[in-house]
Amino acid sequence: MRVMVFIKATEGSKNAEPPTMEAFEAMEKFTEELVNAGVMVAGAGLKSTAESKRIVFDGPGHTIIDGPFTEAREIVAGFSIWEVKDMDEAVAWATRGPKVMSGRSEIEIRPFIEAADMAEMLSLEPEAPQGGTRGKLGVA
Amino acid sequence: MTAGETHQAIEATFRIERARLIAGLARVVRNVDLAEELAQDALVVALAEWPKSGVPANPGAWLMAVAKRRAIDALRRDKMLRRKHEEIVRELDSAPDETPGGAAEAIAAAMDDDLGDELLGLIFTACHPMLSPEARAALTLRVVGGLTTDEIARAFLSNEATIAQRIVRAKKAIAKAGSTFETPRGAERAARLPSVLEVVYLIFNEGYAATAGDDLVRPALCLEAQRLGRMLAGLMPENAPETAEVLGLLALMEIQASRLTARTGPDGAFIPLTEQDRARWDQLLIRRGLDALARAEALGKDLGGGPYVLQAALAACHARARRAADTDWPRIAGLYDRLRVVAPSPVVDLNRAIAHSMAFGPEAGLRLVDEIADAAALRHYAPLPAARGDFLFRAGRLAEARAEFEAAAALTRNGRERAFLLARADACDGKP
Repeated sequence: MRVMVFIKATEGSKNAEPPTMEAFEAMEKFTEELVNAGVMVAGAGLKSTAESKRIVFDGPGHTIIDGPFTEAREIVAGFSIWEVKDMDEAVAWATRGPKVMSGRSEIEIRPFIEAADMAEMLSLEPEAPQGGTRGKLGVA
Repeated sequence: MTAGETHQAIEATFRIERARLIAGLARVVRNVDLAEELAQDALVVALAEWPKSGVPANPGAWLMAVAKRRAIDALRRDKMLRRKHEEIVRELDSAPDETPGGAAEAIAAAMDDDLGDELLGLIFTACHPMLSPEARAALTLRVVGGLTTDEIARAFLSNEATIAQRIVRAKKAIAKAGSTFETPRGAERAARLPSVLEVVYLIFNEGYAATAGDDLVRPALCLEAQRLGRMLAGLMPENAPETAEVLGLLALMEIQASRLTARTGPDGAFIPLTEQDRARWDQLLIRRGLDALARAEALGKDLGGGPYVLQAALAACHARARRAADTDWPRIAGLYDRLRVVAPSPVVDLNRAIAHSMAFGPEAGLRLVDEIADAAALRHYAPLPAARGDFLFRAGRLAEARAEFEAAAALTRNGRERAFLLARADACDGKP
């Protein structure tokens, strides 16, 4: 299964400060471990909300809000996508990673909606286009 | 945390460490069976200790320390082996402190340097060419993937006793050959790599061949193979020329896996590549595949591309086309021209003929397919007359096309495919 791992921080706290060299190296090492275990699919750190935008849809129109977002609430500081066998494995990986932020921080793990979860929805689809003039020729 | 949750957490941690633990132990005790047993013993100790003490900071080192202590006990008990393993015991005994925690730091430092290499050594040993591909696949899934014998049996549509025996035999053969569990170096590594890649792709294809109704263990084999491929790509030396093929295989698997959900319709029927709903292709996997392919091509640019790099490049041509009509058929035809040189096979020749027909017209396809029509391997192969029928149909030679479609329908054992081919035969009468 694939999971999205959100690394959260409270902006405005000391958590928002850039990580120290040691923390950065520890993070690099952990990422390498994830890669070598075949777990890491993708991931990135995200810049502060000063460089971010929010688009709010409410009713027919929308509003664009420029960062920084001042209200004290947890924001996503980075994310990874992992391929794991189950949620237990995801938790085991998350807890063995280095603690990069000095204050309180949070990691949220959300499973992907995968094909099997979609099966019910897909069965409602009209029959897929088939029987064209060519195909079944095994070109891959 | 409840007792049940702790148990689960410990088992999850153990699963992460298991392959590396077995790899490290196998290199010390020179026996994969004993290594597996020692790792399991370490889990039992962890299940007793960790609920009280908590999961240690470096669980891998902790488990290794416990397992090594067990290894000494086991080796001492076995008098027959004592003489043979005297040296190993001395080496283990000379470690500063074998109690968990005390030696953990020292072992952790040593492990950080060797672990990647030890794991690679275990994969190369489990995939040794002296073993049959089936035995290599079973053993790799067992010791590296951590699957149970029952899971492997279900995955390969076999029974547990057969698989268990296959694994036992493979372990014995490795022990008999006196394997050191080292990663081969230089030319030998390059020479033995194909038997590793063959196993990974065999596992992938076994999963890819599974259909919607199958046991979930089977489709999960694709993930297992992708995981192994990603692992290998991470562990192989970054600049070794043979790593290009590792990346090529990884790219091939990622791109093929991107189409897993698009290739079957709601009724379970197979949907050919050119008719799939491309919006359902997994773009994340395609992107990963294209990245791996780009690295493979950069690394192997002087070599011209091995079979996996070329197959990945073929898969990438389809992945890049947003619509089937956008497919770069001339490029695909050129890649098949190269593939048949490095990996000659009648099936590659047939696909090459199809690609040429798509790129340069039905006559080009007919010319190439007639060159291989007598190949023994294709004599009862339905796709050959099916392809020929398609070329003839497109060339306007409808009577001949009809005969080919009917011949293909008579050869196939798949009911859906037969219906499809007969429908195409009937369509030959629809036009003047």
